[in-house]
Amino acid sequence: MSARLLSRWAIVLGVAVAAIFPLVLPSWATLITLILAKGIVVLGIIILLQAGQVSFGHAMFYGVGAYTVAFWERYVGAADLMLFLLLGPVIAMLFGLLIGLFVVRYREIFFGMLNLAFSMVLWSLLEKLYHYTNGADGIRVARPALAGISFSPEAFQYVLLYLTLALVLVVSYAVQRYLDSPLGHMLRAIKSNETRLEYLGISARRILLIGYVASAFLGGLGGVLVAIAQQIATPEFAYWTKSGEFVFIAILGGTANAFGAFAGAAVFETVRFFASAQLANAWQLILGVVLIVIIMFAPNGLIGLLNRRKAGAPS
Amino acid sequence: MSRVLISARGLKIRFGGVIAADGIDLDVIEGENLAIIGPNGAGKTTFLNMATGYLRPQAGTVSYLGRDITALPPRTITKLGIARAFQIPQLFLDQTVMENMMIAAAAQAGSMSAFRHLLDLPQRKEVEDLLDLVGISAYANRKAFELPEGQRKLVDIALALALKPTVLLMDEPTSGVASAEKLGLMDILTAALARQKVSSVFVEHDMDMVERYAHRVAVWSSGKIQVVGPPAEILNNAEVRERVIGI
Repeated sequence: MSARLLSRWAIVLGVAVAAIFPLVLPSWATLITLILAKGIVVLGIIILLQAGQVSFGHAMFYGVGAYTVAFWERYVGAADLMLFLLLGPVIAMLFGLLIGLFVVRYREIFFGMLNLAFSMVLWSLLEKLYHYTNGADGIRVARPALAGISFSPEAFQYVLLYLTLALVLVVSYAVQRYLDSPLGHMLRAIKSNETRLEYLGISARRILLIGYVASAFLGGLGGVLVAIAQQIATPEFAYWTKSGEFVFIAILGGTANAFGAFAGAAVFETVRFFASAQLANAWQLILGVVLIVIIMFAPNGLIGLLNRRKAGAPS
Repeated sequence: MSRVLISARGLKIRFGGVIAADGIDLDVIEGENLAIIGPNGAGKTTFLNMATGYLRPQAGTVSYLGRDITALPPRTITKLGIARAFQIPQLFLDQTVMENMMIAAAAQAGSMSAFRHLLDLPQRKEVEDLLDLVGISAYANRKAFELPEGQRKLVDIALALALKPTVLLMDEPTSGVASAEKLGLMDILTAALARQKVSSVFVEHDMDMVERYAHRVAVWSSGKIQVVGPPAEILNNAEVRERVIGI
């Protein structure tokens, strides 16, 4: 079986599990929603990794998405889920444009650390402006209606799950198209030879900015979904450990295509879910070991294991 | 009457104690292949860097068709029609030769789409023809890092040609290419340049190449253009033979 076909089957299987499993085990519905929503954020990290750039501050866009919902409900009033799904990513994208104009001038460690710095500014503001944000307590997020229909909590978790799954399919397709497009290939070219890119008449900064804004959009979308799934937005959303988590998941899953984000998120959240139940405060230990194993034996991530067959078997 | 394409006037640049350019005046005329020869470290590559905006001269100007381009960045100068091939090939090593070429073609055509597949752009046919012309079609689907040095050199030149430039600046186009293939490469290259009406400047150490392919030769030594003229004249100049060619 070719690697391509194998990947397709893995995707079909993944979608089937995400769609059917929670029907059997309702308690998994929210966990799977979280996995998928975080995978969306990680897609944004994967976009930047194409250019060889690692952002250690991407949780800020995740935070922007979450607080868009929280602030809107607090200061404007209840609104439809559809509005949040549009507004959160768009506001995150505007943030991404502003911050991006600055950070795309830098590369590698400077790029990573500047992103971290910006995210810490946002985190501090969310923590310290207690009057507006409730500080570390966060803001509760009420269950919104969808297209004017209100759901019971039990029904809503399925509504959110299937909506998230549909969004995952849409954004994964869009990201894959983007990575295969001229803009996507130019993004990869930043990693290998920026000099040549400039000598083809292309502005590397502009190419990176487009990728950055796209990744901010995805961060915002993930933030909206998780805030609604967990019914709360806290400064933790924008904290640096959260940013690290997204990078961690990207490396775990593999960065060669969109599917890696979700494979990584699934393993990460599942390990955390079970390890934290069994080992309380030592679940990071398990995750650390998992990452070490991945880096040593599957340097291209979980999806790299599928693609590895390409070298041996004729396709 | 042929136009002057690139015109350098009074270019000066020094790196610490090394004077690479000390009042360089040089014109590139439409339709010609201009060779620049000179000892190693004389500043020939520095000239290409200054002409393409990679380095800013400490004094002097570079103009292109009468427009001052001294302070412009490489990407802007490239868009104006000055393309460059490098002594050490500058490729996107993780991407295939075809992808490399299609990125150049997309840049040239301004196809900055986020949804169309790179390899399905309408420029594909032109790129295939260009790869044929340069003789590297067989490598189209190989990643650039897998290619031998000589073939990478060809891809580097093909990338520049895909930009459909008015002038192509080449830094030792035949270095790294096996001796037996040098003539073949230069035949192909000069034919391609003539067909696409591209003028060229090439820095070269191989005097056979210069004699055979250059219309004019500029001798660069000690930061100055010592003499400019037709190859037959320059290569028989006793002083040039002694100081530059080393015979």
